Amino acid sequence: MAVAGSAVGLGNFLRFPGLAAQYGGGAFMIAYAISFLIIGLPIGWAEWAMGRYAGGKGFNSAPGAFAAILNKRWAKYIGIIGVIVPVMIYMYYVFIESWCLGYALKFWTGSVDLKTTDDAVAMFKTMSGQLVDGSALSLSWNTALPWLVVVFVFNFWLIYRGISGGIEKMCNLGMPILIVLALMVLTRVLTLGAPDPAKPHDNVVNGLGYMWNPSKVQIERTQPAPGEAKVVEELVGAAAITEAEQRVAASGGALKLVTITPWQQLQNPLMWMAAAAQIFFSLSVGFGVIIVYASYLRKTDDVVLSGLTASSANEFCEVALGGLITVPAAVAFLGLASVAGQGTFGLGFTVLPLVFAKMPLGTFFGGAFFFMLFIAAVTSSISMLQPGIAFLEEAMNVGRKVSVTILGMLTTLGVGFVVFFTKDLKALDTLDFWVGTFLIFILATIQIIVFGWHWGIERGLKEAHQGAAIRIPRFFGCIMKWICPVFLLVIFAMTVLTSVFGFDLSTRTFGNPSSYVVDLIGGVKDDKAVGTNLAAQLSVALVIIVAGFFALLSSRSKNFQRAEQGLNKHD
Amino acid sequence: MNTSGLIVMVLSVGTAASLFSWCIYKVLTTPRETEKVHGVDLHTPDMDVDS
Repeated sequence: MAVAGSAVGLGNFLRFPGLAAQYGGGAFMIAYAISFLIIGLPIGWAEWAMGRYAGGKGFNSAPGAFAAILNKRWAKYIGIIGVIVPVMIYMYYVFIESWCLGYALKFWTGSVDLKTTDDAVAMFKTMSGQLVDGSALSLSWNTALPWLVVVFVFNFWLIYRGISGGIEKMCNLGMPILIVLALMVLTRVLTLGAPDPAKPHDNVVNGLGYMWNPSKVQIERTQPAPGEAKVVEELVGAAAITEAEQRVAASGGALKLVTITPWQQLQNPLMWMAAAAQIFFSLSVGFGVIIVYASYLRKTDDVVLSGLTASSANEFCEVALGGLITVPAAVAFLGLASVAGQGTFGLGFTVLPLVFAKMPLGTFFGGAFFFMLFIAAVTSSISMLQPGIAFLEEAMNVGRKVSVTILGMLTTLGVGFVVFFTKDLKALDTLDFWVGTFLIFILATIQIIVFGWHWGIERGLKEAHQGAAIRIPRFFGCIMKWICPVFLLVIFAMTVLTSVFGFDLSTRTFGNPSSYVVDLIGGVKDDKAVGTNLAAQLSVALVIIVAGFFALLSSRSKNFQRAEQGLNKHD
Repeated sequence: MNTSGLIVMVLSVGTAASLFSWCIYKVLTTPRETEKVHGVDLHTPDMDVDS
């Protein structure tokens, strides 16, 4: 249960359903399953094996591990990415965690009174401070600050005093509580039927169809006017499609009914990118977390079954629970139109609260759902701190409490930065793209190349199989050496082309750079010249400053020098 | 939901649940495996050194 508990986080219940619905449900699941097989499992096993090997030589941080494996001076600087990613993600993850706690307590105290979508949007914008920079820092029941203080102190209290006794039991109980709460919410959702008899199309079966049908059916305008959306409406269910056919026939050719097959959807590289990114995010692959925790294992421990169990627990929560709760409930209560086009936060923090507000016993179920998210997030956020702690211990040769104190000061500044620049969640969004997507791709690619090419498959699998009850199937050798690196490099190239340089995959032409680049250097957005965005620039500057600080510490570390020379830390 | 959607859902949920169940079965039925399987164990050895 502890293995399973540590694997589950916010990505399972918030990010996955939103992406699956956005990219066409069934077709997305094909890309997602392939990504799980060719990047999630292989890189996970590689991280477990490399981490344990480094731990055997006495190194627990990512820079120490890379230096011990590659025996090169520059290796520790690559390993720094494995410290930057979890520490910087922690800086905004804990902010989202505080929203979950705030929503749970607001539901349970009966202070959520939502009647319209506007109410739900206003509640979320107030909680997250999206209206004006600094507004999340006001001390109010409705803003994130009080919850953030509780969450932040709770995280560091756990990590400072050690996870032992009652706390360990609480963490171990977290997973069963989470599954029980999720099953209660799931049972409630699946028995909703059509909550509003006046809207029979808005029912759970259609919600499940929207989430899982491989083909998408939609009404499109045949000749959309400039600035007008091409897609009018997405459809699910035989009755809705029959009605739509009549509407299209009566439109005099202005509208048409279009069916998008799974094959057509699978030709969209953006969907593959989204599926791969989701695998990274939910399995914590490429985060720099697994390599650190694996370093504490013994040679006799089983990293193959550990990796598979953690991954499968994560997939179970993501697909079997997350995939059946969020979207069906939102469709049943609010209709397809409310779900289409919603991102991660839109579904989780505006649509779902409205769903719970309209549901019988919604106060209880809403509180339970958000408390479940909070429990899932706590174990994840604590695990994001350990890579930073282990790094500071090794780089500065200090004890845990000194390391925790330094990391506490660093993350307080970082979290304060994210919580101040909340207008349009600019700091959070910028860090999530450059660190939570870009750097993760880079680290994961480096890790699998080191495993498959520096170690070689024979040695890598031999390392992984020590103490293992099961063996990694032979065909994974080919996946780890060839398919996985090529797949990652292609996806990374696509991400850079589309998100950074604005390449339009449908027209095969270069357009304006994405908003992430325009925010940094200025440019054109929506056919208008726009300037730079200070919050985005400062966010990237923060990443560079933290990276520089870590690089400086690494360059002076005697422990890392020993790793480069192939020596054990304690020789 | 149409038939193909039902098939995708049953296959996806079934595969995820089966894999997780098999892992639990394997861990519980292999001698001493519960001591050898680990996740992200939040209690790390460095906590005991200077606490």
